[in-house]
Amino acid sequence: MRAERRWAGVILLAFAGLALVPLAVHRDDTLNVIFLVLLSMTLAQSWNIMAGYAGQVNLGHAAFFGLGALITRKLWIDGIPVLVAMGAGALVAVVFAMAVGVAAFRLRGAYFAIGTLALGEILRITTGNVFAEISTLSAATIAGYRLTLRYYLALGLAALAVIVVATLATSRLGLGVTAIREDEDAAEASGVSALGLKLTALVTSTGLAALAGGLFAYYHISYYPQHPFSPHWTFDALLITYIGGVGTLHGPVLGAVFYVLLEEYLAARWVDLHLLIFGTLFVVIVLLLPGGLVEAGARLRRLLRPGLRS
Amino acid sequence: MIILCQQLVLGFMIGGLYGLAAVGLSLIFGVLKILNVAHGELIMLGGYGAYWLFTLVGVDPFASLTIVVPAAVVAGLALYWLLFRFVVRAQEERRIKNSLLIGFGLALALDTLAVKLWTADERGITTAYAGKVLIAGDLAIPVVRLASLAVAFALIAALHLLLTRWRWGRAIRATAEDWQAALLTGIDVRRAYLLAFALGTGLAGAAGTLVSIGYSISPSIGLEWTLKALIVVVLAGLGSMFGTFVGGLFLGVAEAASAAAFGGPYREMIGLVIFLVVLMARPQGLFGAR
Repeated sequence: MRAERRWAGVILLAFAGLALVPLAVHRDDTLNVIFLVLLSMTLAQSWNIMAGYAGQVNLGHAAFFGLGALITRKLWIDGIPVLVAMGAGALVAVVFAMAVGVAAFRLRGAYFAIGTLALGEILRITTGNVFAEISTLSAATIAGYRLTLRYYLALGLAALAVIVVATLATSRLGLGVTAIREDEDAAEASGVSALGLKLTALVTSTGLAALAGGLFAYYHISYYPQHPFSPHWTFDALLITYIGGVGTLHGPVLGAVFYVLLEEYLAARWVDLHLLIFGTLFVVIVLLLPGGLVEAGARLRRLLRPGLRS
Repeated sequence: MIILCQQLVLGFMIGGLYGLAAVGLSLIFGVLKILNVAHGELIMLGGYGAYWLFTLVGVDPFASLTIVVPAAVVAGLALYWLLFRFVVRAQEERRIKNSLLIGFGLALALDTLAVKLWTADERGITTAYAGKVLIAGDLAIPVVRLASLAVAFALIAALHLLLTRWRWGRAIRATAEDWQAALLTGIDVRRAYLLAFALGTGLAGAAGTLVSIGYSISPSIGLEWTLKALIVVVLAGLGSMFGTFVGGLFLGVAEAASAAAFGGPYREMIGLVIFLVVLMARPQGLFGAR
């Protein structure tokens, strides 16, 4: 609990540092990479709320990211201010999540995971059929495109995600949610309303994911509306969260930095090989190091300072 | 009307392959109580195995089953020894979750590996007899697909015999029913796990070979086939191999009917919708009777 507050402070301080980057660096490639790190971080953090804190592996997370992107893009292109459009996207995703959640939470554990995977695929196929055409910004919008605007929005969103997760983790609500993760039946028996809390976690998680989707829609010049629904967004979030450390505040943050930077580096050298490496790394982490980078760091510290008792 | 019948017949034939894919998954799920979501990737690799044997060495794809299936069994033994033997040590709920995560990582790695080895293009095996059709009334039935259906059925019948007549087959079934009781009667449960897993991957290899003959394969078909197999397993429940096969046929026909009613792009939807409905109706999971 206290660790989460301390980490939130450290991360927000680092974000404050990142806010100064566009003033000093004028290279678009650097800003683009940091943007990607921040977007992935927000998405992973939103997935972490469900998987890490509430113990529900949601494999249909991309559906909410995609819904956010779809609504935001539509409204924003029609001339509504982007922040309002993103809010609307998040609202739609949250309402949808509430509707699905009541049914989906009848499924436990792995059945929830495969059920949400099927749900995500249904949404992806439908979107691909209904909105088959590529979505491109108008020439006027492209002419006025400013990367720094997107950069600061991404930074703000990542900060929001950190604050939300830190607040959730240190609250009474967070205690209830983690109780469900440990043992749902025991939590219910001791007076925790499992369904209510799981829905709250789902709503928070989807809201953040949809905002990230909105940011995606605001950032890209042109893409197929189906693309943000692709399961690989769920997989990215899952890999980042597990590599960093599932169920911790700073895990997805570290994971996103590690994942995106390594991905950029590997993609430049060996095209496409990064997924082979990350897939293998992920298997190794699940088997040998379930706490991810965070746990590796803690183990290392214990090794270096043998006298310290934790 | 004729067109609809034609589509339903084609659906029936691919349904046999759905059944075969699902039987492998169901065997592993039922015995080890783990969910191998990389099952579709194993099918994909089996298909590429047959593809390589055909293009590089010139082996007839149906004959290549005798090479691909044993190779898939060996791959299954290796995968179990490397990864899944650590998973089966955990308790049931944790077991499923961890196997899901590991299978997922494995799927990602195998997808990328397949793109490296065979590029992302769609491949298929075109034999000299590939274009032959049987004419039955107004219906045209492709010979290779009909043969694939027959092979799929034969394999499932063979599996049924193995599980009922073979000593270790009976041990596998006992383990599926209650591993603790099986352990008490002196069955080497770990060995039963290993054998069931290898048999399951062998079936995936066979399914992949048949897919590459009558249909097409690409590195990205893994997730699709895993989902199909899962849908059939949910639909048919666990326990009966023939029941699973019938479930596969049903899915194939249902898909064809939905494609005819709503148009091709919605082909995949019907299965997913059935899947969710059945899951909702049986939220306690797939273990039938409980």
